[in-house]
Amino acid sequence: MAMRAAVRCLSAANFSSRLPQLSSAAQLSATRLLWRSGSPRTLSSTSALSTALKFTDKHEWVQVEGGIGTVGISSYAQEALGDVVYCGLPEVGQRLEQMEEFGALESVKAASELYSPLTGEVTEINTELAENPGLVNKDCYAQGWLIKMTIEKPEELESLMDQAGYDKFIKSLEE
Amino acid sequence: MWARMTVGAGGSVLRLRASRDGLLRVAGAGCAGKRQQQRQASGSEAALKKTPLFDFHRQQGGKMVEFAGWSMPVQYKDSHIASHMHTREHCSIFDVSHMLQTKVHGKDRVKFMESLVVADIAELKDNQGSLSLFTNDKGGIMDDLIVTKTDQGYLYVVSNAGCADKDSAHMKARLAEFKAQGFDVDLEFLDEALIALQGPAMSKVLQEGLKEDLSKLTFMTSTLATVFGVPGCRVTRCGYTGEDGVEISVPQSRVVELTEKLLTNSEVKLAGLGARDSLRLEAGLCLYGNDIDETTTPVEATLVWTIGKRRRKTKDFPGANIIVPQIKAKTDRKRVGLVSAGPPVRQHTPILSPDGKVIGEVTSGCPSPCLKKNVAMGYVDAAFAKNGTAIQVEVRKKAVPATVSKMPFVPTNYYSG
Repeated sequence: MAMRAAVRCLSAANFSSRLPQLSSAAQLSATRLLWRSGSPRTLSSTSALSTALKFTDKHEWVQVEGGIGTVGISSYAQEALGDVVYCGLPEVGQRLEQMEEFGALESVKAASELYSPLTGEVTEINTELAENPGLVNKDCYAQGWLIKMTIEKPEELESLMDQAGYDKFIKSLEE
Repeated sequence: MWARMTVGAGGSVLRLRASRDGLLRVAGAGCAGKRQQQRQASGSEAALKKTPLFDFHRQQGGKMVEFAGWSMPVQYKDSHIASHMHTREHCSIFDVSHMLQTKVHGKDRVKFMESLVVADIAELKDNQGSLSLFTNDKGGIMDDLIVTKTDQGYLYVVSNAGCADKDSAHMKARLAEFKAQGFDVDLEFLDEALIALQGPAMSKVLQEGLKEDLSKLTFMTSTLATVFGVPGCRVTRCGYTGEDGVEISVPQSRVVELTEKLLTNSEVKLAGLGARDSLRLEAGLCLYGNDIDETTTPVEATLVWTIGKRRRKTKDFPGANIIVPQIKAKTDRKRVGLVSAGPPVRQHTPILSPDGKVIGEVTSGCPSPCLKKNVAMGYVDAAFAKNGTAIQVEVRKKAVPATVSKMPFVPTNYYSG
């Protein structure tokens, strides 16, 4: 498993600078290819998307870079949940459907299921969270990321909200 | 992501959802079982009852949620864990005005109350109180309560908000029977506010506003007092956090003033239902509706100590013919504490034997902010009830090792003088 995890991590080279990026090239390009063939329309927005966050209506975010999606929860969600004390995350290699439950975050008061924003395979989990689950509260958009995943159906990104749309969504919830 | 939250205090359970629609919404509360919970969930949220501190809570940044038909603060600006730890290390004010406060008057008041609960009220000293249980004829627990035998000619009873309607109806029905038999007893339901000041700094904080010597007010005793210039308060040394503390019954019109005065001391912060639930669980205290209800007897719930010695002999409380024999014969299941590492253990988690057989269910559980491991309570087959027994809990379809553990999980800090 450790071996497998290491290999998978490589495909998320842009996010794991401590790992050598060299041998990930094949997998990376394969993913890119898949993406390309999947939806040209999405591709046209890919460059713009490469740093932009997309949100689910269950408050997960996904950020796409190099054909890999990094997934976390929004600031609104971490605040609603309170101090995260335990992160239940999937194993590397697990395949997820869009909106499939893939784990849970737990605070003292609540258990919060996590739903996959996209269809794909888990390539890496944030192992820092085992020791320091509070990173989800402190830095939910960067150090507090949860998983990285391949993107099998790039068109699914279209169904997610952009930052402005999500802000509007949150506002509508608070009214 | 949606958050399922179980918070409780003083006797109800509530679920708060940061659901798909993102609204923080409570899906139920109360001791009347699931049907009641569902009805409350679909009920009008505008009709929620408000304590006299409602506006104050909002001004202080309280996040309000529905609890047993009331709008109550679940937490304030501080995080749940910070608030929990502040209570253990300093002290916190909890608004518990939603609880039912009742005075029982008349010369037959002790006989009346003993016809409803398991405590030996006759043997209580003046101004001494006891945790007790309303039981039904089947031996089930209708509610838990604190009854204090005041020297003012009445019993002072505090019971759970989630059971308020049931408790008052129950007491009124028995009152009618007693009156018909010519007994001298009357009920008075109070509209006083009730705040709990809980934590090791309580006595230092409160003494500054109190003429009476707090060192003489030991755990489970009560006195009338003027508190920080507010006359007509009843101060009872009790609470539900495991810490030294008091509950102060105070006229509605002056409760904001008293709360503000207490908060001028930097030792004092406001705390909500979230902290109250994790504190009471660490202290091994039952939440009515979760850990005890009408299907559990005092013996199964390991609350035999609440049954007065005389009452065991006279067997004159509701359900005594079922409950008293259980004390010797033992029961098939028993409420126990559980400790585990890894994923938190919540209500309804199945409890498994080492070989994977279901032997019970968790009734309350959370990660303990003090112990940094999971604490829970639940009912298990008696064969597995001994402290130290290795068992398992099934969390998200995985069996996780756990150990039957004595309660309280965190040592209590009551003031015995």
